[in-house]
Amino acid sequence: MTNSTGSSVLTVPSPSPVRARGNAGAGFWPSAVAVAQRTVRKFIRTPQLLVLATVQSAIFLVIFRYIFGGAINVPGLPYVDFLVPGFVTAAVLYSGMGAAAGVAEDLQQGLFDRLRSLPIPRASVMAGRCLADTALVTWSLIVGTALGFAVGYRLHGSVAAGLAAFGLCVLFTFAFEWLFITIGLVAGNAQAAQGISVLVTPLTFVSSAFVPVSTMPGWLQPVAEYQPVTPMVNAVRGLAGGPPVQALLDHSTAYYVGLSLIWTAAIIVVFGLIAAVRFSRH
Amino acid sequence: MTPILEARGLTKRFGRTQALAGLDLVANPGRVVALLGPNGAGKTTFVRAVATLLRPDAGTLHVAGIDALREPAQVRQIIGLAGQFAAVEPAMTGRENLEMVARLFGLSAQRARAAAATVLDQLQLNADADRLVRTYSGGMRRRLDLGVSLVGTPGLLLLDEPTAGLDPASRAQLWEAIRQLVAAGTDVLLTTQYLDEADRLAADIVIINDGRVIAAGTPAELKTLAGHDVLDVHVRDASALPDAATVLASVGGDGEPRIDPATRRASVAVDGTHRLMEAVRALDHFGVPVEDIALRRPTLDEVFLTLTGTSTDSTNAATGPEAA
Repeated sequence: MTNSTGSSVLTVPSPSPVRARGNAGAGFWPSAVAVAQRTVRKFIRTPQLLVLATVQSAIFLVIFRYIFGGAINVPGLPYVDFLVPGFVTAAVLYSGMGAAAGVAEDLQQGLFDRLRSLPIPRASVMAGRCLADTALVTWSLIVGTALGFAVGYRLHGSVAAGLAAFGLCVLFTFAFEWLFITIGLVAGNAQAAQGISVLVTPLTFVSSAFVPVSTMPGWLQPVAEYQPVTPMVNAVRGLAGGPPVQALLDHSTAYYVGLSLIWTAAIIVVFGLIAAVRFSRH
Repeated sequence: MTPILEARGLTKRFGRTQALAGLDLVANPGRVVALLGPNGAGKTTFVRAVATLLRPDAGTLHVAGIDALREPAQVRQIIGLAGQFAAVEPAMTGRENLEMVARLFGLSAQRARAAAATVLDQLQLNADADRLVRTYSGGMRRRLDLGVSLVGTPGLLLLDEPTAGLDPASRAQLWEAIRQLVAAGTDVLLTTQYLDEADRLAADIVIINDGRVIAAGTPAELKTLAGHDVLDVHVRDASALPDAATVLASVGGDGEPRIDPATRRASVAVDGTHRLMEAVRALDHFGVPVEDIALRRPTLDEVFLTLTGTSTDSTNAATGPEAA
């Protein structure tokens, strides 16, 4: 690299009319798209992340399918048909929690300061981040679903219902990303953000994702029934499993879909607001 | 002429820390202002307030005539910020980083490309424009970071310790880039802990400590502020330093001579040119072997030490927000 003392080499633009007017700045959606694009690029250009996400999910599935699965008895249903919808729904949280550390890092490394000094709507930065993370998690859900079919899962309902089940998972992802973004904004640093988001994982175990709630101790069953992951898992399981699975659930699939959508909306409103306010004034 | 920056009685408290304690500062357009102060003096807090990243507790702040507390969105249209970290995305190329921020400034795709190309040229990053930033050296990252803050052709550029942690060659390169910008008419507010940086780049220097301004002026004015010229004696042998110091103490005013064994130098503040002759005669009389002797203006280092040294004693008792 040569030193730049030769000023003749440097071209300096003369003051332009733009300077006097200032920059109007990009609108909400163009800003959100630009921010989202950056997050996606970061992910796909870091092959370790891509490989890790896929391998983790495969290992996890194989452990439950072939190691724990033999010992778990679900009346009236092969365990693989019980497991895979629960696994894909739980993967929303496992894959989604990476956003917390990512957001904390952006905050720590000054990227958010730069974005907040630009003439753009501040909420667009959070929206872009959430959209990008939802897209990335959707990719790992596709991988997880494909693995599910590979280890023996079969749809027993219509293909349309199966797609609807997957669509619900994407929607849950969008909601939980707001939770993880909020964690990233308040945690202070990436390690703390990672640590706090791991605390969310018990939600998936104390739910109907991997074992029937009826096998849990009596005092734990209400916790499992009334937390958001159980209705989400049951909605996905009911839609994808069709009549044979629906017959085994306590309530109709419509009930679980409705309840899971209420939870989804509540999570988006609460954590979306906290994240937007926190980011704007931080 | 509307000042590019006008702060009146700015205060900001974080818990128990009074980061800004009634800071007053007026900067006129067309001049580079350097904010100089030790760690924790309030430099970064002030820059963050100007960049609308935090709200002062009290006081007023105008940027190019715009009330930064009432119209922060308008301020963001005319500033460029390069913070203490190189806030560029390592997984994107230099060009992609520049184009992203240009788009966020509201430029069309075509104009964003043009603006990125101009900045790459300006900072001599053309050869590396299409490499991922994670392969850049620290100095290149800082240059790109400076470039990102320029891509919107800001009226006021805020640089928070732009060369912190850089090697001397990279610093010189960044200085050159900043000088070119200034020549092109961009107003710059920079913070630094390096006196030579302030001395080389800035037309006006504002020294702050404990959240308030303790001195302001051109580098020459500040050097005068410390009062006296400095008599510098460079001895041939370190063992002669005590003798040299004794001589300097006899010709100097109230100040104690300062001794630096590493460079074999002793210096003292004096009240006039005639002291040089006295010193030469006395050194000769005592037979002190002298390599070099000179009368010079005080460096900003000396001004800074004098000013902050006295001010820390007097402000510890009065940490309250006086100007609030």
